[in-house]
Amino acid sequence: MNSVHKPQPMTKGFFTPGVIVLLVLAVNGLGFLLGRFLFGIGSVTNLSNQYPWGIWIAIDVAAGVALAAGGFTTAALGHVMHREEYHIVVRPALLTAMLGYTFAALAVCIDLGRWYYIWHPLIMWNGTSALFEVGMCVMIYMMVLYIEFLPIVAERFIGRITLKGVFARLNKPLEALLRALDRGLSKTMFIFIIAGVVLSTLHQSSLGTLMIIAGPKVHPLWQTPILPLLFLLSAVSVGYPMVIFESMIASRSFGLKPEMDVLSRLGSFMAPLLSIYLAFKIGDMVIRESFMYLTEVNTASVMFTIEIVVGVAIPLRMFLSEVVVRSRLWLFVASCLVVFGVLLNRINTFVVAYNPPYAVKAYFPSIGEISVTVGFVSILVLLYRFYVRTFAVISIAKVTPAARAKYAIRGGRS
Amino acid sequence: MKKKTRRDFLKTSALIGTAVASSSLHPAKAGPKNILSPDRMGVLVDTTVCVGCRSCEWACKVAHGRSTQPLAEYEDRSVYQTSRRPDHESVTVVNEHRQEESNGTPVYTKVQCMHCDHPSCVSACIVGAFTKEENGSVVWDTNKCIGCRYCMVACPFQIPAFEFGEALRPDVVKCDFCFSRTQEGKLPACVEMCPVEALTYGPRTELIKVARERIRRAPEKYVHHIYGETEAGGTSWMYLASRDFAGLGLPNVGTHAMPGTSESIQHGIFAYFIPPVLLYAMLGGVMWVTRRGKESEHEELK
Repeated sequence: MNSVHKPQPMTKGFFTPGVIVLLVLAVNGLGFLLGRFLFGIGSVTNLSNQYPWGIWIAIDVAAGVALAAGGFTTAALGHVMHREEYHIVVRPALLTAMLGYTFAALAVCIDLGRWYYIWHPLIMWNGTSALFEVGMCVMIYMMVLYIEFLPIVAERFIGRITLKGVFARLNKPLEALLRALDRGLSKTMFIFIIAGVVLSTLHQSSLGTLMIIAGPKVHPLWQTPILPLLFLLSAVSVGYPMVIFESMIASRSFGLKPEMDVLSRLGSFMAPLLSIYLAFKIGDMVIRESFMYLTEVNTASVMFTIEIVVGVAIPLRMFLSEVVVRSRLWLFVASCLVVFGVLLNRINTFVVAYNPPYAVKAYFPSIGEISVTVGFVSILVLLYRFYVRTFAVISIAKVTPAARAKYAIRGGRS
Repeated sequence: MKKKTRRDFLKTSALIGTAVASSSLHPAKAGPKNILSPDRMGVLVDTTVCVGCRSCEWACKVAHGRSTQPLAEYEDRSVYQTSRRPDHESVTVVNEHRQEESNGTPVYTKVQCMHCDHPSCVSACIVGAFTKEENGSVVWDTNKCIGCRYCMVACPFQIPAFEFGEALRPDVVKCDFCFSRTQEGKLPACVEMCPVEALTYGPRTELIKVARERIRRAPEKYVHHIYGETEAGGTSWMYLASRDFAGLGLPNVGTHAMPGTSESIQHGIFAYFIPPVLLYAMLGGVMWVTRRGKESEHEELK
């Protein structure tokens, strides 16, 4: 296949005013994190015996894993179904997933009271625990993501390893290792790609199973036996909007033209995906008659309404419109709404809906919790920037007139 | 993956299939001990007898080697002005519930782990650090716990407490039904201490008979319900009271065993790993078919 688009490292400088702001936020978050390790979880969070889980679990872990779903949805589209026109979004989505899962795992780690025992689930199994399944799947999937990323690393360094001094003698073995890895992986990669999709469907749904055991402690607007299905459907729905969202931001930041052609095609998947999610969400509400909780005005009913209307219904209507899907601005807005909707859904399910029987006062995240979460997101964005400058992740269209013409005639096939 | 032929694909797929199948033929007997013995023990708390002396709180601390004020200071009744919950320092507390409308005597309710027959914490714990022992006790293992606090999310009675102020090795703390004492044939410390015999220790089935008999003998004195007989699928600790339990800090948690729904979902998804393996095979099939499509397309182009 002669590709018009070729992934290549970005060349624009690392530092911009935005990057400086992110660095400040990152350092601030790390400061509070140090407090957590020196003085305990209670010293920087508002967590208590009433509210054992806060935004570190709701946002960093649950929402983080959901928003990294682009990794497996694009892999399914590009590699499993061999829709090659989508290959240019697979690498950015893979990088997002890899960084997203790494940070979700780090967030779990800092939230654990005994973080140094994070390896315990590997040898101490509890098959009845949804959390055990999530933990194992996430751990294995993270390995799979690293393996999927390895060829990109090999591609960058093969023939370019020039260590100096005492390390010079390592150049040849390293080179051989990279080549062997690259060759071995190119033959076996399909195993990991399918495994990645299977593992993702398993743990995306099991994240929903997590709150089922809390029973009546979770508000009936969210507590339902089909929570795992809803979590899976919403994760699948948020995969492409997240890819669109990032692709547009990256294009803007690096001064590229967004790949509207591919992004619009991704956008056209959204209406069916969101409809399925919304249908299950509303169907569940009708069957369990939980809509009666919407008649009273309180935090739960307001948050639920925002989640459904702003986060699902409005973007669904937008994606149905051809004008929106073709427009750079509106496609971006609609994608942002879906991302917001899923983020809010995870916060709602894990924090807003959680009503312990003996709550003394309601939970609201502390400055420390917010700082750490914001800091983690900042570091993630900075790492993304570092990676796309080091490795060939983002594809750039070659601007030769001939290629342009071919591109247009072939109907946008890249 | 460009040069891979279909034969390679099939060979590797078959290899993986065999590996997965052979590993799932012998599913590891994973999971914590969760025994529901017919002879499990329990405690019947008769709140109509309790006088709120709080000596059980003192005995509990002494039995677990925790620092405590002298017993005499527990007579101070000012603590009853606030409703307390068990925490990492006191795994059992007594609360006073005054009747507002009539000026009847207040009711005292002792709060501690209920030691469920189908404990959420045992089901939920990621590393299986909780165990339902043969004698009914639900105990926690410090050597396994990673401090994730999922037990606290899962518990319908909001019992496990966490040492949020501990930086290095925070514990999850809850009543252990004096597991080490009962193993030696002794009574739980609180039961032994109670001066008015508000607490009765015995086999759970016997206690239910005792409770029914008490209600039968004095039907005007009791609400005709044993809290804990069916709550959350049944608990080892059970309560009798003269008033509605909801007003005594004992929540209406329904009669379903809390882990029921989530465990059936988990077992449905992981029925001998069949659904994940099927999904894997299906995706492999799709990948193979679409690849063939692409290959023939390319051949036509040539």
